[in-house]
Amino acid sequence: MAGPIKLSGGPGYRAKLRALGLVAPLLIFIVVTFVAPLGTMLVRSVYDPVVADAFPETLELLDDWDGSELPQEAVYAMAAREIKRAGTERTLGQVASRVNRVQGGLRSAITRTERELRDIEQGPWRESMTAIDSVWADPGIWYAIKTTGERFTARHYWNALDLQSLPDGSVVRQPEDRRIYLRLLWRTLMISGLITLLSLILGYPIAHLIACSSPSRANLLLILVLVPFWTSLLVRTTAWIVLLQTQGVLNEFLVTIGLISDGGRLAMIYNMTGTIVAMTHVLLPFMVLPLYSVMSSIPSTQMDAAASLGATPLQAFLRVYWPQSLPGVGAGGLLVFILAIGYYITPALVGGSDGQLISNMIAYHMQTSLNWGLAAALGGVLLLIVLVLYAVYERLLGVEKIGLGG
Amino acid sequence: MGAARLNLGRIAYLGFCTIVFVFLVAPIIVIVPLSFNAEPYFTFTEGMLRLDPDAWSLRWYREIIQSEAWVRSLVNSMFIGTSATVLATVLGTVAALGLAGSAIPARRVIMGVIISPMVTPVIIAAAGMFFFYSGLGLGQTYVSIILAHAALGVPFVVVTVTATLAGYDPNLNNAAASLGAGPWTIFRRVQFPLISPGVISGALFAFAVSFDEVVVVLFMAGVEQRTIPRQMWSGIREQISPAILAVATFLVVFAVLLLLTVNWLRRRGEGGA
Amino acid sequence: MNYCTKSFAFLFVVLLFVAGCGTDESRSVTAVSWGGSYGRAINEGVNIPFAEESGIGVVVEDYNGGLAQIRAQVEIGEIHWDLVDLEIAHAVRGCDEGLLERLDINQLPPSPDGIPAAEDFLAGTFTDCGMGTFFWSMVYAYNEENILSETKPSTMADFFDLNTFPGRRGMRRVPQMNIEFALIADGVPLDQVYATMGTPDGLDRAFAKLDMIKEDVIWWEAGAQPPQMLADGEVIMSTAYNGRIFNAQVLEDQPFVIVWHGQLLSIGQMVIVAGTPRLDEALEYLKFASTPEAMSRVSNRISYSPARRSGASLVATHVTTGIEMEPHMPASPANAAHAVHYDWSWWADHQDELNERFSAWLAQ
Repeated sequence: MAGPIKLSGGPGYRAKLRALGLVAPLLIFIVVTFVAPLGTMLVRSVYDPVVADAFPETLELLDDWDGSELPQEAVYAMAAREIKRAGTERTLGQVASRVNRVQGGLRSAITRTERELRDIEQGPWRESMTAIDSVWADPGIWYAIKTTGERFTARHYWNALDLQSLPDGSVVRQPEDRRIYLRLLWRTLMISGLITLLSLILGYPIAHLIACSSPSRANLLLILVLVPFWTSLLVRTTAWIVLLQTQGVLNEFLVTIGLISDGGRLAMIYNMTGTIVAMTHVLLPFMVLPLYSVMSSIPSTQMDAAASLGATPLQAFLRVYWPQSLPGVGAGGLLVFILAIGYYITPALVGGSDGQLISNMIAYHMQTSLNWGLAAALGGVLLLIVLVLYAVYERLLGVEKIGLGG
Repeated sequence: MGAARLNLGRIAYLGFCTIVFVFLVAPIIVIVPLSFNAEPYFTFTEGMLRLDPDAWSLRWYREIIQSEAWVRSLVNSMFIGTSATVLATVLGTVAALGLAGSAIPARRVIMGVIISPMVTPVIIAAAGMFFFYSGLGLGQTYVSIILAHAALGVPFVVVTVTATLAGYDPNLNNAAASLGAGPWTIFRRVQFPLISPGVISGALFAFAVSFDEVVVVLFMAGVEQRTIPRQMWSGIREQISPAILAVATFLVVFAVLLLLTVNWLRRRGEGGA
Repeated sequence: MNYCTKSFAFLFVVLLFVAGCGTDESRSVTAVSWGGSYGRAINEGVNIPFAEESGIGVVVEDYNGGLAQIRAQVEIGEIHWDLVDLEIAHAVRGCDEGLLERLDINQLPPSPDGIPAAEDFLAGTFTDCGMGTFFWSMVYAYNEENILSETKPSTMADFFDLNTFPGRRGMRRVPQMNIEFALIADGVPLDQVYATMGTPDGLDRAFAKLDMIKEDVIWWEAGAQPPQMLADGEVIMSTAYNGRIFNAQVLEDQPFVIVWHGQLLSIGQMVIVAGTPRLDEALEYLKFASTPEAMSRVSNRISYSPARRSGASLVATHVTTGIEMEPHMPASPANAAHAVHYDWSWWADHQDELNERFSAWLAQ
C-alpha cells in the first residue's frame, strides 16, 4: 500500500493524506450536524412548496391570468375542489396561513370557505364562494394564491428588507407602519456598537493593568475576568435582574442612602438599558482577553524609553503604546461585535420591548408567528453580516487568535 | 507638580480599574448571600444585614433538592454535557493533530468550517437544527441535542488543543519513530501526555458550552430533555424566586472550580513546555 | 486512524443506545397546560388521579397559549403534544385549520345523576374540537401596598390613567383582550366593544389608547408573572388571570386587589392534537378530565368555575385554606356585573391581522 502512494506523491503527499484523514471525521461531523441544518434553514428562506403542492391545478390555470380581473369560472371550480381536498388532507391551515401573509384576513376567509363548501356539490362555484366570503370577488386573493404558489420565491427576503413586490412585478417599500426589520437591524447594529465601545472603554485599562502586573498578581486579576467568563450566562442575567429591578439591590441601596425617593426608583431593567448593561457585562471578557494577550507582548521598557526622550505620559501612550495595542483592540472589538449582533438570551430576558434585537425577532417568527420563511430570511441577512465580519477578522488576525484565556 | 499630576492620574487609573473589576465580579457575588434569604425577596432584609440567624436559611436549597424538575434537569445537563464533551473532545483532538504542522491543504477553509459553530449566531443554528432534526424524526430526543452541543463545543477543543500543539516539538515524533515506535504508540506514549493539559482544558470548555447552552435546548428539547439552563430560563421568565438564586450559586461554584482547573492545567502546561 | 473511526462509531452506537433507553414504551400522554398555580391545580385535580386510576402516565408540559407549537408540530409531522388546554378562540381556529381532532360530546360520561353531557355542559362551552373546561377572567389587579394614594383604582379607565396612578403596568404580550381593555377605558360602553372593534376606526382608537401607556408597560407572557411583578413592585398594576391573583391572595397573603370592572370573561377548552399516535389514551384522559369530580377538584384549588353544571355544584371551599370559593369565581353574578363576554368568534377571525399589527406596533 505504501509503495504506490510514494510513487504518486512522495512523503509530502502522504503527510497531506494523513493530515486530511485526521481532520476528516470532524469535518464530516460538523457538515452533517451543523452546516446541513443551516443549509436547510436557508433553503426555507427561498423555497416553500406548501401552496404549490396543495393547489397544483388551480395554479396552472392561474398561470396566464393577468391579475386585472377576476379569473374564469373554471378556476373557481378547480379552486373549490382543491380547497376541499386540502381540507380532508389537513394541509389547508398551512396553505391559508401562507396566503394570509400576503393579505391579512384571508386565513379565516379560506378556512370558512372550506367549512361551508363541504355541503356544496354543484356549481356555479364563483357565485357560491362569493356568497361564503366576499374576498372571492376581489382579485387580491387570487394574486395572493398565485404568489404564494411559487415554489421558489424572493418574497421572504423582500419582506426582511421592508420591501414588497406588487402584482405588476415591481418591488416597492412597505407602507410606513409595516417597516420594522431594517429599523430593528439598525438598532441591533447600534446597540452592538455601543456595547463594543463600552467594552473597550472598560476593558482597555484593566487589560493594561493585568499586562503590567507581576505574573502572580496578573494571574489573580485574570481570574477576576475569567470568573464571569465561565459563569453561566443565565446566572449572570439573573444577577442583573436581582441588582437592577425596581425593588432590587441597587434601587434599594439608592433609596437607603437617600439619593432617590422611594417613589422615584429607577427603571434600569426590562428596557434597553437592561440589555446594554447586562450584555456589556457578559461580553467584556471577550474584549479583555485578546487585549491582554496583545498587551503582554508589548515590552514595558518602551514606555520608559519614550519618557526618557522627553515624552509626556500621554504622548508616550498615544505614540508608542496605543498603536501597538491596536491588533488587540481590533480582535476584541470584532469578537464582541460579532457575538453581540447575534445575541438572543439576554435581550429576551431583560430587554423589555425596546431592548429586543434582531435575533429575538427571528425567534418570534420561528416560535410564535410561524413565518418560517421570513425567520429564515432574517437569519440569512444576519448570517451574511456575521460572515463578512468574520472574514474581516480572519483576514486581519487569523482564527487561531481567538482568545479563550485557556 | 508633574509628579503630583502623575500620582493623581495613577490613582484615577487604579480607581477606574477597581470599579471595572467590581462591575465584573460583584453581580455574581451578590447572588450568593441572597440565595440564603429566609424570605422570598431579592434584597437584603434588615435581619440579614444584622446577621440575625433567623433571616438566613437553606429553604431555597431544600426546595431545589426536593423539586423533581430541577433534579431531572441536573441529571439531563450532566448526561448531555458529558456525552457531547466526549464526542467533541475525541473528534476535536484528532482533528487538531491533523491541523498541526503545515501538511494540511486548504487550511483556511477547513478552519472556517470548524470554527463556524462558534461565530454563527446560535439562534440561526438552533432554528436550522429544529427543522433538520425534526425532519429526520429526531425532534425532542437526547441524540439531537447531544449532536448539536457537540458541534457547538468542538471549536473550543480544536482551538485549545491546536494552541498546545503549537508548542510541541515534532522532532519528538521522529525520535520515537527512530526507536521503533508506531504512530499509535507515538501518540499514546509521547504526544498525548504532553498535550493532555490542552485536551482536558478543551474538554472542560466543551462541557461548559453544553452546560450553559439554552437556545438549542429551547428549540429542540421536550419537557423530558430539559436542562438546568432551560429550567432557569422558565424560572426567570415566569417566576423568579430565590430558588433560582440557589441554583445560580451552585453554578457559580461549579464555574469557579472549572476555571481553577483550567487555570491550573494551563500553568502546568506552560511549566512543562 | 482506523482506531479513531472505530471508537467514533462505537461512541455513536452507545449514544443512540442510551437515547433509545430514554424513550418509554409504556403508555403515556403529554398534557399541556398553563403552568404556575393553575398548572398545579390541574396536576392535583386531574393528572395525578388520572395516572393512578388508568395506569397511563401523564407527561406535563407548560406553555403560554397560542396555536404556534401545535401548528409547528402538525406541519413538521412530529406530534409531541396530545392534549392542550387552549383559549377558546384558538380552539375554534385550530379546528378550522385541521390541527385538532373533532370531538363528540356524546362520548363523554354523563353527570352523576344521569344527565347526558350534552345537556350538562353550559351552552356554548363545547365546540367542534374543544371541550369546555373552566370559566376564567382576564382582570387587572394592584398591590395595595404600592398604591399610596387615597383613591384606589376601580375602573378600567384607571388602568390607563397615568396621571392619577403613575407607574409601570403589566400587560399580556398579545393583542386579544388588551384591545378590548383600551376601548373600555376610552369610554366605549361594555356592550359596544366588539361592534367598535369591527370598524377600522375602532381599532385605531384602541391602538391610540394603548399608545398612551406603551412606554410604561412591561409585557408578560406567562400567567405566573403578574403576581410576581406585583409582589416585587416591578409594576403597580397588571392585567392577570383572576385565579393567579386569587392564589397569591389566599396562599401567599399578598395584599392584592382585583378590580372587577371591564374584565373579560372567557372559557378554556381542552383539545386533542390531530394525528397524535396516542389518540386512545388522549380520549381516555379527556373523558376523565370532563367528569364533574375532576373539574371540581381543580375549582376547589383555584378560582375558575367548571363548564359543567354538575361540576359547578360540587365546588365549595378551597382545599387547604377552607375559603369559600364562590365570591372569587369570575362568573359569579357580583363579579361578572361589569364583565365583557369574550367574543371568541371575532378573535378566531381577526387574530392574525391583529397579531401582525400588534407586533409591528410593539417593535416601533
